[in-house]
Amino acid sequence: MFVDTKSQRRASARAAPARRFRLGESRGAMGLLFMLPAAAVLLLFLAYPLGLGVWLGMTDTRVGRAGQYIGFENYEMLWTDSVFWTSVFNTLLYTVAASIAKFALGLWLALLLNRHLPFKAFLRAIVLLPWIVPTALSAIAFWWIYDSQFSIISWSLTRLGLIEHNINFLGDPTWARASVIIANVWRGIPFVAITLLAGLQTIPPSLYEAATIDGATPWQRFRYVTFPMLTPIIAVVMTFSVLFTFTDFQLIYVLTRGGPLNATHLMATLSFQRAIPGGNLGEGAAIAVTMIPFLLSAILFSYFGLQRRRWQHGGND
Amino acid sequence: MESKGGGFREDGKGTEFTRRDVLKAGAAVAALGAGLGAGLGGMGSAAAQQQDMHFEPEKGAELRILRWKKFVQGDEDGWFANTQKFTEKTGVKVRIDAESWEDIRPKAAVAANVGSGPDIIFGWFDDPHQYPDKLVDLTDLATYLGNKYGGWYEAPKRYGMRDGKWIGLPVGAAGNCIVYRKSWLNEAGFETMPRDTDGFLKACTAMAKKGHPAGFALGNAVGDGNTWTHSILWAFGGRMVDDQNNVVINSPETVRALEYVAELYKSFVPGTLSWLDPNNNKAFLAGEIGVTANGISVYYSAKTSQDPAMQAMAKDIEHANMPVGPVGRPTELHLFTQAMVFKHSKYPNAAKEYLRFMMEKDQYEPWQQAAIGYITHPLAAYESNPIWTVDPKHTPYRDTVKNMLWNGYSGKLGPASAAAMADYVVVNMFAEAASGQQTPKEAAARAERRAARYYKV
Repeated sequence: MFVDTKSQRRASARAAPARRFRLGESRGAMGLLFMLPAAAVLLLFLAYPLGLGVWLGMTDTRVGRAGQYIGFENYEMLWTDSVFWTSVFNTLLYTVAASIAKFALGLWLALLLNRHLPFKAFLRAIVLLPWIVPTALSAIAFWWIYDSQFSIISWSLTRLGLIEHNINFLGDPTWARASVIIANVWRGIPFVAITLLAGLQTIPPSLYEAATIDGATPWQRFRYVTFPMLTPIIAVVMTFSVLFTFTDFQLIYVLTRGGPLNATHLMATLSFQRAIPGGNLGEGAAIAVTMIPFLLSAILFSYFGLQRRRWQHGGND
Repeated sequence: MESKGGGFREDGKGTEFTRRDVLKAGAAVAALGAGLGAGLGGMGSAAAQQQDMHFEPEKGAELRILRWKKFVQGDEDGWFANTQKFTEKTGVKVRIDAESWEDIRPKAAVAANVGSGPDIIFGWFDDPHQYPDKLVDLTDLATYLGNKYGGWYEAPKRYGMRDGKWIGLPVGAAGNCIVYRKSWLNEAGFETMPRDTDGFLKACTAMAKKGHPAGFALGNAVGDGNTWTHSILWAFGGRMVDDQNNVVINSPETVRALEYVAELYKSFVPGTLSWLDPNNNKAFLAGEIGVTANGISVYYSAKTSQDPAMQAMAKDIEHANMPVGPVGRPTELHLFTQAMVFKHSKYPNAAKEYLRFMMEKDQYEPWQQAAIGYITHPLAAYESNPIWTVDPKHTPYRDTVKNMLWNGYSGKLGPASAAAMADYVVVNMFAEAASGQQTPKEAAARAERRAARYYKV
């Protein structure tokens, strides 16, 4: 039996409540209403701090003193600041080198773990360990590993007779850069590996079977089946990985504080050093703001580039 | 801990009677006493000794305090015991939060910025000069303490005062001295550690030749990096700015200091460019280095260790004040702490009374004793604290604050001096010159460019 409840209600309703009802029934209005809390959270906790940061970067605010608008003076000063440019170079080097290494090793690990191995679940859990340990803790472990006097690596190599003097891991600019990158890679691999492993497991086995029947070699199977099917998840994983690496702070702060000779200062650590211990909130904010274009381009690249369907299917634009 | 003499106890009783008297007579008497102390100079001193100052805590006052986390256990124990005593006497509850000393600066800055947080913060170096408007004027208290306890040393005055007003109350320094192994120095042909920079270089070089290198932090070490490099810079007459805050770091004196450290660096153990604050302690206690600059904590941990080898090392450890350079007088920099009472505090009188209580002899000296000399006083009268003579190895630490200059010497303290130190301008300059990455002249020129950015206003 069909009962037209709407018309019944409409008939019995008075004019004012009726309008309220119509509002309640409008999909657009209700949608807006339901979105409000989320929008408020986003505005309050994301847009506002970001806007405030950008604003601070254009003021000469110091701790304990409200600043005045000075336009782009902070940026002009940074332009001529050699330490800032060192930190930009370091950050790019750190991000590119660590991300490539994390991707290569993470993918390799994911492919290995995707095979049928004994104790599979146990091994997968172990792989996650570096990711689970708080960064500050693992950084302290690395601090000992890289210690100029008590490094276990130097000690072992000396005992093996391979080197005569301790390796100056964090005291030589080149060594220091390599050392912090390695520590970051160690920490970041599990995230890449486990996420890619999840992606690998969504690839239908029938594709591999079809490829095998067509006579594809293992490399061709990887190149023409695994890789294209994995691209969307690679895009997401690498976007996150690049963002995490680019904005890394804890590892550097524990290991070197940006030393030796500012060779490992990242933009994030320099921003903190100038803003909080140094008291120049405006300049610190300006350094943080200069990170935004780099981060945006990384995000745009992955979203508009890596996620293109044609790319995923092995074609060109 | 040293036993307290009868005089101390009598003093304590006297204080109590006076306090009661003052309570009866009202705050006017205290104000008069302070006024006398402040106004009459030498005569005021005598008057102040008779008339103890007292601030009447507000009704229902409670205090929240932020101080540094202990360097040595005794420091915290002693401080807490004194605080307990204060609460028993006044009924004012005190909550003490402790943070790693480097984290105090950002927290204090935030408290100043937002206008809420702890009532008293024990900050470092130039902290009060970064937000002087947010701090309670402590002139009456500082004048009273100065008059009663033999006067403030010169550098603490610089740290505590701005435009003739006390904005911070100097509490003390975690002083640094040259810490060395006596037997190794003797082995290298020296009886005691030379007190001048040239002799010091010779001694370090000779010890390094015998396989006992020196080790001074050249990484971005907030405490150990900044203190010794500034001391050497000033020892040769180099300075960041002149009295008018003009940047003068690129000077022949600075270049000489850099050349000196480049030479000294040859006697260092490898890896000092990476050293942060804890590294020299570890390396010294492991016997990897024979000379470093540090607080008394190295000696303390060796002495209190259960390990007989460590105790034997403690016997071999000796201390000397930082070497004096061509300028002919001590030029030291030390981690210096001072108490700031914030204007946002609802109980400024309770806060001042707390600080007064803690700085009085009955509390201050036992605290220094509990910290076995880790804290050096800013008030001259505490030179006679037995802690400095009970073990001759403590004695050099007694004079660290007396020998001290201030950060940003010889200019004014303020945001620029704080920013230049936080950016490791001096440490980096020395590290660049020592490692040979830049020539001393280039390093000084680079430091000048960096410093100019902070001192531009």
